[in-house]
Amino acid sequence: MGKSENELTWKELEVGGIVTEPGNASQYKTGDWRSQRPTYDFNKCLKCGICQIYCPEGCVNQNNQGYFEADLYYCKGCGICSRECPTFVITMKEEE
Amino acid sequence: MSQRVGIEVSIALAEAVKMANADVIAAYPITPQTHIVEHLAELVADGELDAEYIPVESEHSAMSACMGSSAAGARTFTATAGQGLELMHEALFVASAMRLPVVMSVVNRALSAPISVWGDHSDVMACRDTGWIQIFTENGQEVVDNTLCAFRIAEDNSVLLPIMVHLDGFHLSHVIEPILMPEQRYVDAFLPLNKYPLPLDPAKPVAMGDFAPPSIYTEMKWAQEKNLQKSKDTILKVWEEFNGIFGRQYKPVESYRCDDAKILLLTMGSYSETAMTTIDKMRNKGYKENVGLLRLRLWRPFPHDELREAIKNADVLIVLDRALSFGGLNGPVCMEIKAALYNEAIRPKVVSFVGGLGGRDITVADFEEIITRGIDIARNGSEQEFEMFGVRE
Ligand code: SF4
Ligand code: SF4
Repeated sequence: MGKSENELTWKELEVGGIVTEPGNASQYKTGDWRSQRPTYDFNKCLKCGICQIYCPEGCVNQNNQGYFEADLYYCKGCGICSRECPTFVITMKEEE
Repeated sequence: MSQRVGIEVSIALAEAVKMANADVIAAYPITPQTHIVEHLAELVADGELDAEYIPVESEHSAMSACMGSSAAGARTFTATAGQGLELMHEALFVASAMRLPVVMSVVNRALSAPISVWGDHSDVMACRDTGWIQIFTENGQEVVDNTLCAFRIAEDNSVLLPIMVHLDGFHLSHVIEPILMPEQRYVDAFLPLNKYPLPLDPAKPVAMGDFAPPSIYTEMKWAQEKNLQKSKDTILKVWEEFNGIFGRQYKPVESYRCDDAKILLLTMGSYSETAMTTIDKMRNKGYKENVGLLRLRLWRPFPHDELREAIKNADVLIVLDRALSFGGLNGPVCMEIKAALYNEAIRPKVVSFVGGLGGRDITVADFEEIITRGIDIARNGSEQEFEMFGVRE
């Protein structure tokens, strides 16, 4: 894996900024954009997976108890999962 | 090794593109560029040039198609003029930033409104900061030669930038001139195959024209700027090599009878040839001052070193722009030249003229008037920041 875009100097860039490493967008920490994070009351969770389907970032995965939970490296804090959850499991909390 | 033929400059240009063996031509016809693309379409249709000719629905599409084909590693050519160039405007920035070596002939035409199909440099000046290399030509020979050089420069792996080769609409594009058409085998020796370093290739996927957050955009832009500045080394080298093979030397700033000249006129494009005649005439009749002519060939990257060298003994520099910078101090070329000279300890007085708009002729006598009035303004001042030459008051 190459340097992140925060470290590259202008001399190290590929011609025209061409990206030669397929799939390197997964390195990009979209979690940095978040001002609110989803928090969970799993007691109410139906494990229906609606939050996973609606998440525009595709960052909701099942944990080892089978509950659906955001990967905070990518979660942008949009709150869509919280809005769509039928049993109000997810509450958005301000980031400190 | 070359044959001199009487040929329309647009047709000669198209023949040069054929000799360069372009792979893809994507173009939309617009006066006064039409003869170039019509002739190329014929060459492709008749099987004389083995290329894809893509008749697109607009200039924006033309440049977009050119970017795609250039990214795939194809030698790519297009041509446009005036409004067509402006419709491409957005895509021009993308082609240069993505480092795609497209070659484009720009048949300089005045911008609307009012509609004018005739020549001036308003279309060029609006595209000054698009990151393209820009070369001006004065006659048919220079058009043919610099079209060939353009492919060589653009595709050089130390450059990889798109190039505009400018020729004045009608005054140059539509005239028949005696031109030495190079022999194919010499063109082949001069112009190797295009080898784009990271082409679009399913076997080796790459992503082009990506998103850049604030953390890297500055580095991308600086890399682009440094590359355009550095391209001048390759431009000089290619012109040198061209001279070695074909015996015609091109320079970023060309001097005509400047050795002892204290009064310099500076022009760009085909009007320079008329201006040369004026210089000859004034010198032959023993005009009281020694006059000379500078012709700016390389517009981007701007050759500030060569310009400073060229003016170092002059007292007066008179610049003719064929475009307005509306609301600006002078014509756009003159402003650039003043900026290049401002920090010099010794520099000439610079006088700005704007003229030759929308195809209006500037004759040999007109240039003499520009020079004599320019000298007067340099010595006695003027109430205006620039002179609008020939305007009826
Ligand atoms: S807040 Fe938005 S990005 Fe984060 S998990 Fe929920 S839907 Fe996905
Ligand atoms: S949408 Fe609500 S109930 Fe359904 S899996 Fe997600 S958190 Fe659980």
